[in-house]
Amino acid sequence: MKRLAGLFLVVLCLASIVWADSTLSINGAGATFPYPMYSKWFDEYHKKNANLQINYQSIGSGGGIKQVTEGTVDFGASDLPMNEEQLKTYQDKHGSGILHFPTVMGAVVATYNIPGVSADLNFTPEALAGIFLGKITKWNDPAIASANSGVTLPANDIVVVHRADGSGTTFIWTDYLSKISDEWKKTVGAGASPKWPVGLGGKGNEGVTGTVKNTPNSIGYVELIYAQSNKIPYGSVKNSSGTFVKPSLAAVSAAAAGAAKEMPDDFRVSITNAPGKAAYPISSFTWLLIPEKFSDASKRDALKGFLKWALDDGQNYAESLSYAKLPKEVVAKELKAINKIQ
Amino acid sequence: MATSTTAVPSAGPVAGSRSFLSRLRDGDEIARLITFLFAASVVLITLLLVFELWQGSVLPRHKFGFSFFRTSVWDPIFDQFGALPFIYGTLVTAGVALIIAVPLGIGAAIFLAELAPARISDTLEFFIDLLAAVPSVIYGLLGVFIVVPLMREYIQPGLKNTLGFLPLFQGPAYGVGFLTAGIVLAIMVIPYIISVSREVLLSVPRDQREAALSLGSTRWESTWKVVVPFARGGIMGSIFLALARALGETMAVTMVIGNTPTISASLFSPGYSIAAVIANEFTEATGAMYTQSLIELGLVLFILTFVLNGFARLLIVATSQRGAGMGHT
Amino acid sequence: MSPRLRWRKFVSGFMLTMTGVCAVVAVAVLFFILGYLVYHGGTSISWNFFTKLPAPVGETGGGMANAIVGSAKLLLLATLIGVPIGFFGAIYLAEFSGGTIAFVVRYAADLLNGVPSIVIGIFAFTLVVQPFKHFSTLAGGFALGLMMIPITLRSTEEFLRAVPRALREGAMALGASKWKTISTVIVPAAYRGILTAILLAFARVAGETAPLLFTALGNRFWSPGWNQPTASLPAMIYTYAIAPYEDWHRQAWAAGLVLLGLILVINIVARAILSRGIAVPRS
Repeated sequence: MKRLAGLFLVVLCLASIVWADSTLSINGAGATFPYPMYSKWFDEYHKKNANLQINYQSIGSGGGIKQVTEGTVDFGASDLPMNEEQLKTYQDKHGSGILHFPTVMGAVVATYNIPGVSADLNFTPEALAGIFLGKITKWNDPAIASANSGVTLPANDIVVVHRADGSGTTFIWTDYLSKISDEWKKTVGAGASPKWPVGLGGKGNEGVTGTVKNTPNSIGYVELIYAQSNKIPYGSVKNSSGTFVKPSLAAVSAAAAGAAKEMPDDFRVSITNAPGKAAYPISSFTWLLIPEKFSDASKRDALKGFLKWALDDGQNYAESLSYAKLPKEVVAKELKAINKIQ
Repeated sequence: MATSTTAVPSAGPVAGSRSFLSRLRDGDEIARLITFLFAASVVLITLLLVFELWQGSVLPRHKFGFSFFRTSVWDPIFDQFGALPFIYGTLVTAGVALIIAVPLGIGAAIFLAELAPARISDTLEFFIDLLAAVPSVIYGLLGVFIVVPLMREYIQPGLKNTLGFLPLFQGPAYGVGFLTAGIVLAIMVIPYIISVSREVLLSVPRDQREAALSLGSTRWESTWKVVVPFARGGIMGSIFLALARALGETMAVTMVIGNTPTISASLFSPGYSIAAVIANEFTEATGAMYTQSLIELGLVLFILTFVLNGFARLLIVATSQRGAGMGHT
Repeated sequence: MSPRLRWRKFVSGFMLTMTGVCAVVAVAVLFFILGYLVYHGGTSISWNFFTKLPAPVGETGGGMANAIVGSAKLLLLATLIGVPIGFFGAIYLAEFSGGTIAFVVRYAADLLNGVPSIVIGIFAFTLVVQPFKHFSTLAGGFALGLMMIPITLRSTEEFLRAVPRALREGAMALGASKWKTISTVIVPAAYRGILTAILLAFARVAGETAPLLFTALGNRFWSPGWNQPTASLPAMIYTYAIAPYEDWHRQAWAAGLVLLGLILVINIVARAILSRGIAVPRS
């Protein structure tokens, strides 16, 4: 019995050593916003390249930035660009920089669960800011009702659901609220994990969606696909030109149109509250954070190969998962930037 | 640390250590030394743990000092960290848990120790021990899918309708929150209270009961007025043990507490606990101050459980010895 | 019977019944949990669950084969770390040590036993993940191993001490050295108890989730070798339970059933081993 156990042990060890040699494992972690997209990509890419496994864990954008800076993962992913201080910390720690690569674009939607209301609601920026500041507490508040004539809203308390982890989705959401509400800007600000005035915390886009789905009279914000794939309603938002826009891929592309032409070299750009009649105001790029220098050449080449594929063939998977493809100008610019990875 | 990691491979398969032992058979001193190294590594690991927690929380300890425990702002954007809501949430949920678990646990322990025939008592104790082995994440799973909807649909509205005038039971029924976390924790710690209290009650000398009964007490009176007071210390110990468990519990609480740092008199309000905030934010805390503040929370949790565990053990040991001492005379 | 006596009898009967109710409620929780898991998990479990990798997010199907293997590797490592330290440490405590050192070691072990598992996670992160720059099976196994040490140590010591004095003295009288006595007489005599202690420690850490969150992290694929992040059953239950996908909930139930089944079986086996072994006097 003991010998058998010992033998089993030895076999297991040997097996895992041999195994380790034949496959290349690359680890990444970060944003939950593009997680459905990335898990599909890495799955498809693994089918094409059986010897390469890219393991992606959705721990939140804040986590992506932290872990890639710590060097505990090979690459990070985030829906908020790293700020100057974070870039400097990275530079100091590694002696080389880190690059941002936009992969797809998405919309953050206001999703809700109000028993008896199946209509798509309209939200003014003021209503959204008011709800998330805790100033608007009932669903039948005039600020919400006035934009939704014809819909009977209940007099129930609003349950606000937000993220409990450091999140890029939160950044996009609060970045937008900061742009449209001075009070929000002063009291809360834009960031990955702000001090929320009200609400419940859910972990990840998955957690917020789950909580909204399970909690009557709740409102939360999630990436478009989480609302769509879970069949919970989401509302239109009034954009900077005064039209209510339903979140859609076209509306996201419209929001990115301006930024696409004037993309900075480091790709760090915000497209919330973008101009344009058709633009959905809470849209964003999402980025992969890839170190400039790799000590392991095989990992570097594998990642470069993956990036080229993702920007080319990979883009075709985007729309079926409710992400908007990157504008052509941006793709062209990125393909050049890939050469910076050494 | 180095001793333990390097020594591990040489130890070989565990239960099969006899061949390994035989090689060492000659020298008592060598054996003594080697086993000493293993024993010492336990102390080393523990010291290292304390050191890492202390060392890892230098920044917030210097910057915030004691205000860390008094302020309630947890704002990573502006690097302001106050632990009060987490400490509050941890204590409140643990408190709710004890209010529910203590009467139930002690009641069950009295039944097992005093009333049930040995066979039934042992069988039930066996099940209680199994219950204690159910992992936290399973309680969380059941909490999310059973307790939370039940709370939202029935229990919280019910409490609101009957006891809603109390500040404890006001506000919207989210389902998640302090009360729900407390209930889940109560279910988790009951087995600990039962097991330990039963042991302690069993150690109460027989003549104590017989004396009370022979003086004309009813069975309940002899139990409640003589046996339980005799075992009081040990029962308190079991409660402290349960409290320490409840404070440090992570997964189940994280899944049902609502994850929002609030201080509210209402038990319906969502909250946050120390362990839950570490679980949610540790991997993604950017910036040294943020990470170290979380480690300081870990340190707080460590100290809390350390004190409680020490206290519990003292009480249990003292009571058992008292019982044993009386038994011999 | 005077009314007062009748009242006292009534109170006695009532309170004693209530204690019975408490006991029944407490035990009923176990059967409720088991029943619910068997009901939900049983209908969700399938062959795919044991053989397939997780499907991409949002797609139905897939399984948890990688998490099952991941958990097995983590537990193997934990046992390799926790058991030798606990076992040999216990021999030292029971057979060699004098007062002060033994007190310190026992104290440290009790302290370690009381440390919340999430704090063990922080410790393993700073000690293994940060320096090695990798979330890994190694780090996860280390964290779980730490948790096994105090449980193994303290119970093994108790069982060693419970070996009758006569056995010891007999061996010594025959001229055996102390070590020979320990290895050929005492340890074999306490063998069943020690095995039980190890099994219980194993079962305890098998369901631990919190320390794995920042050490083993998670993996959508097989985790090759020991230096890569790995999936594990408890962590998968957590992630799948809080996610919005029905199919993931289904799999979380299935995983819960498998995990709980494993833990309860180990517990029952451990107790069965003990009850047929040497008589250990109740303290």
